Amino acid sequence: MVRDLVSPPLGRMRDSGTPGRSLWDDARRRLLRNRAAMAGLVVLAALVIAAVVGPALLAYRFDEINKQDVWLAPLARGHLLGSDALGRDLLARLLIGLRVSLAIGLMATSVSLVVGVAWGATAGYLGGVVDEVMMRIVDVLYSLPFIFFVILLMAAFGSHIVLMFIAIGAVEWLTMARIVRGQTQSLKYRPFIEAARAAGLTTGAVIRRHIVPNLLGPVVVYVTLTIPGVILAESFLSFLGLGVQPPMASLGALIATGASDMELAPWLLLFPALAMIAALMAFNFLGDGLRDALDPKDR
Amino acid sequence: MPRFLLRRLIGAIITLWVVITIAFFMMRAAPGSPFDTDRRLPPEIRKNVEAKFGLNQPLGVQYEQYLAGVARGDFGPSLKYRDKRVIDILEENYPVSLKLGLSAIIIATLAGGFLGVVAALRQNQPIDGLTVAVAIIGVTIPSFVTGPLLQWLFGSTLGVLPIAGWDGGAAANMIMPVTVLSLPQIAIIARLTRAGMIEALGSNYIRTARAKGLSETRIVTGHALRAAILPLVAYLGPACAGLLTGSLVVERIFGLPGLGKFFVVSALQRDYPVVMGMVIVYAALILALNLAADMAHAALDPGTRPW
Repeated sequence: MVRDLVSPPLGRMRDSGTPGRSLWDDARRRLLRNRAAMAGLVVLAALVIAAVVGPALLAYRFDEINKQDVWLAPLARGHLLGSDALGRDLLARLLIGLRVSLAIGLMATSVSLVVGVAWGATAGYLGGVVDEVMMRIVDVLYSLPFIFFVILLMAAFGSHIVLMFIAIGAVEWLTMARIVRGQTQSLKYRPFIEAARAAGLTTGAVIRRHIVPNLLGPVVVYVTLTIPGVILAESFLSFLGLGVQPPMASLGALIATGASDMELAPWLLLFPALAMIAALMAFNFLGDGLRDALDPKDR
Repeated sequence: MPRFLLRRLIGAIITLWVVITIAFFMMRAAPGSPFDTDRRLPPEIRKNVEAKFGLNQPLGVQYEQYLAGVARGDFGPSLKYRDKRVIDILEENYPVSLKLGLSAIIIATLAGGFLGVVAALRQNQPIDGLTVAVAIIGVTIPSFVTGPLLQWLFGSTLGVLPIAGWDGGAAANMIMPVTVLSLPQIAIIARLTRAGMIEALGSNYIRTARAKGLSETRIVTGHALRAAILPLVAYLGPACAGLLTGSLVVERIFGLPGLGKFFVVSALQRDYPVVMGMVIVYAALILALNLAADMAHAALDPGTRPW
């Protein structure tokens, strides 16, 4: 009997009796049928593979200065996408930049994921004064002009990549906390939570084992939409000269150099800009598709 | 309503104080000093300079003095631009940012609203597809990509618009910055208006209006639009905040002499009072705009009145 009362992980939740499809099966079906989302997924997979293995396959290293190869147009002398003012291969720099941007996107999103889910689930589940205080803190932080603080932080303490994860993650967890809190509130009076409490689980264990796993849907959707947000924030900082420092590259840093050199070498602007657009569009299409798939009532 | 307004005002002042405090101590905790970058000063001169600006006092005392100054409306002297007070710098540069921001918000509202309404009226027709495309492009492609791309296309390749510069706010110089700044907002506003219009057009009172025999124009402008515009008003606060952030990048891309340009430079140079002044102005603006948007929203929609 106890088995019936434990939290039904969404994947196994079925209409009683009918051997129907689970929520996740339905979601997968809807996602697979969504062309834009699948295109986004394919593009994304290609970008990730290129960023991970690409640099190792190239003849040039991203920080390799070739004095005789300065300002080469695309396709000249083995530089597929051309070269920059120092004769560095643009393709190699682009792949490294993509790697850095994606990595920052993942890391900062993870920070916001952990903090936001823990904060939101706790506030939503405990309710009352705790909820009031915790969400008021989120409200106050929300109303701060955060990007200015991030700029101050980066300008004041220098551009460490770790600092950037923390700064950007610190901004992004707020929305996550709000979403998770709302979901938790709607979950906490459901019978399986009551059952878990009746079975003697501590509050922490209920949150960890029964609330958080059931938040997966909205959280997955929000994560796919946060990653491009983080990539944007990082590129914004790098564009202002506060983010990733040379010879390291990120998409934003490459676009900044490209923008200043575009009269001489437009390809330095065009290719990084295209890569950025492709990555952002792919994430957004996939995120929208996931939202439609996992949360059909929102369509 | 006065009580609600008072509560919000007090909340805003507290937020502003939190902003000032965090920014103040964050700046001071940063390594380096405003007098580092020039040629190295002899220690005794450096001491005198620091004494002149009160930088030799304990941090707590400086903080108190700064807060007292701000309460009087005095943001102190710039440490980098000799003979200039922060207020002078703000005054000299805000007109550019203001003109840019106002043009962008007006154009974003008009263009976004128009696209949204037309798309809602011609659902699933080419114009609707165009609107959706603009919405996606505007939201996903950031201004530091669209800016340089436009510069490259219209400025250096076609040569029809000046690549950069302000030139006293000449129309030709404003086209590209305003476009870049307003594009993301056009996208969001078009999306909001389209959704609002579609919902409004499907509602019962529109059916009633149709049954009464009102012309389509009257129905759209007099009835549906009034309801569809509500989410838009609520969004104007965040929109303005977005424009402020966007102006940091846009002013840099197009080399415009606005406030945004000063912010990053001053932070890097440790010009404490200038940075603080900018943070306060930006924060106050965002808070005020949010409050104004909430009030306007409440005035238009009695159902959401919090008082």
